[in-house]
Amino acid sequence: MSAPAVPAARIRSQARFETMTLLRNGEQLLVAVVLPAMALVGLTVSQSPSLGPGRRVDLAAAGVLALAVVSTAFTGQAISTGFDRRYGVLRYLGVSPLGRSGLLAGKVLAVLAVLAVQVFALGALALALGWRPVLGGLLPALITLVLGAGAFVALALLLAGTIRAEAVLALANLVWVLLLGLGLLVPTAVLPGVLARGTPYLPSGALGDALRAALVHGQWPWSQWLVLVAWGAVGGWVVSRVFRWAA
Amino acid sequence: MAAVEVRDVHRSYGRVEALCGASWNASAGTVTCLLGPNGAGKTTTVECLEGLQRVDRGMVRVLDTDPWGAPATHRSRVGVMLQDGGLPNTSRPLPLLRHLAALYASPREVTALAERLGIPEFAGTPIRRMSGGQKQRVALAAALVGDPEVLFLDEPTAGLDPHARLEVWRLIREEADRGAAVVVTTHSFEEAERLADAVVIMAAGRVVASGTLAAVRRERTLEDAYFDLTSGGMP
Repeated sequence: MSAPAVPAARIRSQARFETMTLLRNGEQLLVAVVLPAMALVGLTVSQSPSLGPGRRVDLAAAGVLALAVVSTAFTGQAISTGFDRRYGVLRYLGVSPLGRSGLLAGKVLAVLAVLAVQVFALGALALALGWRPVLGGLLPALITLVLGAGAFVALALLLAGTIRAEAVLALANLVWVLLLGLGLLVPTAVLPGVLARGTPYLPSGALGDALRAALVHGQWPWSQWLVLVAWGAVGGWVVSRVFRWAA
Repeated sequence: MAAVEVRDVHRSYGRVEALCGASWNASAGTVTCLLGPNGAGKTTTVECLEGLQRVDRGMVRVLDTDPWGAPATHRSRVGVMLQDGGLPNTSRPLPLLRHLAALYASPREVTALAERLGIPEFAGTPIRRMSGGQKQRVALAAALVGDPEVLFLDEPTAGLDPHARLEVWRLIREEADRGAAVVVTTHSFEEAERLADAVVIMAAGRVVASGTLAAVRRERTLEDAYFDLTSGGMP
């Protein structure tokens, strides 16, 4: 008889497969670990741009962890899903025992697994550079990472499920570069004029500010969490309406 | 009860009618070859049977289940080989097959299946660098790994050399002999003559002939029967 494996086993297998695919992809590793590590060292040893009040290495480490979320949950996931859609992988897995919901669950777990690897690697480098996170901020930081990953996965799927793969590749990388300066590495409060007012409501601003608030100042960043949850919920709802499984 | 049932199925894309009242059956333990010119509605029919498309009117049943939105307990009984492959581009064949096997409670042994299809020869090649024939063999292994009761194979021997094609035909016959209902979409008369217990010929969204190979051919070759049926007698 051809019975399916239990749902947890199916999702676990998909998560493991996607995690290995992401970790073996050289370009993805560049965006996920190498470039954030370079940003961490660069921001720590330089004097500008301003990263706001606090020790520079602490602010840089929090910002780089926010960047790591966007690298994996948004840029990496948008590109891999966009090409999987183009090559019929989403259609194929959708009619396998994994199914569409299993595929989504597997992707989310894979993002969290890769994020864990990133946090470990970048965190170790930051500690070596003198990073001293506030211990009381570790739990809210962890919550922020998960909420940020959720919001950015929703946005990644929005891109990957609606436009063609080459355009996803270009846009996902462009957005990664733009968001660097829109609250991820640079706090929204030090941005000029209208940007300082708008960027706290962007997922990048909310994510970066929340991680700095938690890890540098030991705060629970409720208002930034609200912004991230809103982006995740609205993004997820739109994805459920417009995502096309076939190219 | 037929393992695969297509009853008066209609399916349109905008104003284009892809299927206008197609009906046919396939039984367990047989190979059914689905033939027809491009645009006849073969792929649309098979995609409705796989649960990738929903019929507008009429009914499709696979193992007595509506495939649209069917649960994992149904999907695990059906093996699918898509025309565009559907295999993740950067993966290598054996890790991919082991992953797919893990989706089933009692899958086939991946090593033996892969050896049967000559996959170890190109085990280090990612899907995107494979030849058409190599991709076909991986896609076929992926369709078989769950030991399915119904198999939908879209042009399973396209791009294969004669030895590989013969091996794939043997494999398909074995699947039917162990009791699976196998539906093969093909453009090859040779393939249909070699493999088919039953033949379904489609043209312009309709079934123009269906039945045993002998009944559809009558005194002609399958090729002659096909041209008679799909072009109003004009070769």
